Amino acid sequence: MSLDYKIIVGLEIHVQLATKTKMFCGCELAYGHAPNTRVCPVCIGMPGALPVLNKAAVEFGILTGLALNCDIARFTKWDRKSYYYPDLPKNYQISQYDLPITENGYLDILLDDGTTKKIRIRRAHLEEDAGKNVHTFGNYSGVDLNRSCTPLLEIVTEPDMNSPAEVRLAAQELQRIVRYLGVSEADMQKGHMRFEPNVNLHITRGGQVFKTPITEVKNLNSFRAIERSIAYEVNRQLDEFLTTGKTMQMGNKSTYGWDDVNQQTVLQREKEEAHDYRYFPDPDLVPVVVSDQWLEEIKARLCELPLAIQKRFVGDYGLSDYDAQVLTGEKATGVLFDAAVRCGGDPKRVCNLLTQTGLKLANERQTTVDALGVSPEHLAVLAKMTDEGQISATSAAVIFEEMTRSGGDPAQIAEAKNLIQKSDTGEIEALVEQVLAENAQAVQDAKDNPKKAKKALGFLTGQVIQKSKGQANPKLVSQVLNQRLASLP
Amino acid sequence: MSLQIDRKMVERVAVLSRLELSESEIAQFSAQLSDIVGYIEKINVLDTEQVEPLAHCLPVQNVFREDVPQPSLSNEQALANAPDQTDGYFIVPKILDDNSGA
Ligand SMILES: [Zn+2]
Repeated sequence: MSLDYKIIVGLEIHVQLATKTKMFCGCELAYGHAPNTRVCPVCIGMPGALPVLNKAAVEFGILTGLALNCDIARFTKWDRKSYYYPDLPKNYQISQYDLPITENGYLDILLDDGTTKKIRIRRAHLEEDAGKNVHTFGNYSGVDLNRSCTPLLEIVTEPDMNSPAEVRLAAQELQRIVRYLGVSEADMQKGHMRFEPNVNLHITRGGQVFKTPITEVKNLNSFRAIERSIAYEVNRQLDEFLTTGKTMQMGNKSTYGWDDVNQQTVLQREKEEAHDYRYFPDPDLVPVVVSDQWLEEIKARLCELPLAIQKRFVGDYGLSDYDAQVLTGEKATGVLFDAAVRCGGDPKRVCNLLTQTGLKLANERQTTVDALGVSPEHLAVLAKMTDEGQISATSAAVIFEEMTRSGGDPAQIAEAKNLIQKSDTGEIEALVEQVLAENAQAVQDAKDNPKKAKKALGFLTGQVIQKSKGQANPKLVSQVLNQRLASLP
Repeated sequence: MSLQIDRKMVERVAVLSRLELSESEIAQFSAQLSDIVGYIEKINVLDTEQVEPLAHCLPVQNVFREDVPQPSLSNEQALANAPDQTDGYFIVPKILDDNSGA
């Protein structure tokens, strides 16, 4: 019997917003401090303490909504979601229920085949994070509330992803977007961005469609884990369906955790009863009204989005998809690239300098390419010098590194380091004569032995460059060499 | 239509609220909650057909705080009223079903 299936995945994403302070109190937002040292009566949940909304968090939420092509609510309010765990001691989470700050948008992702796919965004709402429970106290648990009340944007997509790779691409694109906007550091390892895919299959067998129970996957701390966990879930659900025939019913959604060591998903809990969060409006917080003027101010902070820039680099500058993607991985890299090209650098050459040398140096120094201290003007000059054969590609890398140390002018550095290639024809001709005289066999091969000619020519070129201590322009050397060989009897 | 709060509903609310109620408390709260709900039911005599839902009872909106850090409590102050503490943490009974992380 033929069996066909379609993978259906939706994503829930919690994005930690990069405000300086918490969502409803003035405690500093900081990672890695001693427990319970960034807390106050509000974020500890002391009775009677009153929350006051952080304006920056609302603006970050709206900015992200705009980038995700969402409708921005002009009237939004705050609701209490009942939640009984010690990491949120006031027993409710402040969230948004029926009037989220943004909804009905989409995210474009670029698939491997070069086509663009739209992933619809159902909604994105603001809420506060909980604290952290620590289970290293034997029969007790420890609670650290430094993280409690951290502003989160919860983004919910429609189930529009149909392969593990599409889910990974959507996750990566979202990370790129929030980083470009500057609304989140989006470091998955630090939990700044938490992805929870909802996965199931639509299986067609004997002309009938069966939907497998939806599972939610948690504990995903890398893009690779996202992709692999979904691939694993697909096989697991397929196996389970073939064995048990179980299909989706109301309330049989279960939660699986990704076990990165064993590369598998592990059942955490099956929903015994539908959650009853008993939302109701928070009387401690007044509504937010977004005026035209405020919305325009926030809109002015939007930047060109990474995928658009990536496509522009391919379309306008003729870069490969791969190169364009590497250059737009971080906003600063693309900005520097763009500026250097506007200063007259050849796009492909500037791209090579940045991706091969710049990104390597930035990685080694754990910084970003723009922080290396190389100006776009100098980068353009360096690219030009390489293109014109004044310096070799190897020298260009050396000069680039020196530019990051001294901030100096590439031409001066090349001069000082003696890296300018000899383009003095007379000098090269003299070296060629020497080499021809010293390598009679190779000259013979180059002239008369078609089988060995190419190799012999390469050898002779290398000898000339060696004699010049690596300073002869290779293009010129082979030109002179060819002329001289042709003139031999 | 008056909503009757029966013992089943009290038991469910108790579970959701992580409360352990005795038999007599269940009986007592069923009666009390029914009275309260019955009292509030009076509001249903009003015709609200043309009235916009109210998000807040104060005619105030857009109360914001600028994103500027303020001093927090010291760890000692934060834990001053904690029934139990170790190494700067609040100590609580072991959490079995850890649904933390909001
Ligand atoms: Zn606080």
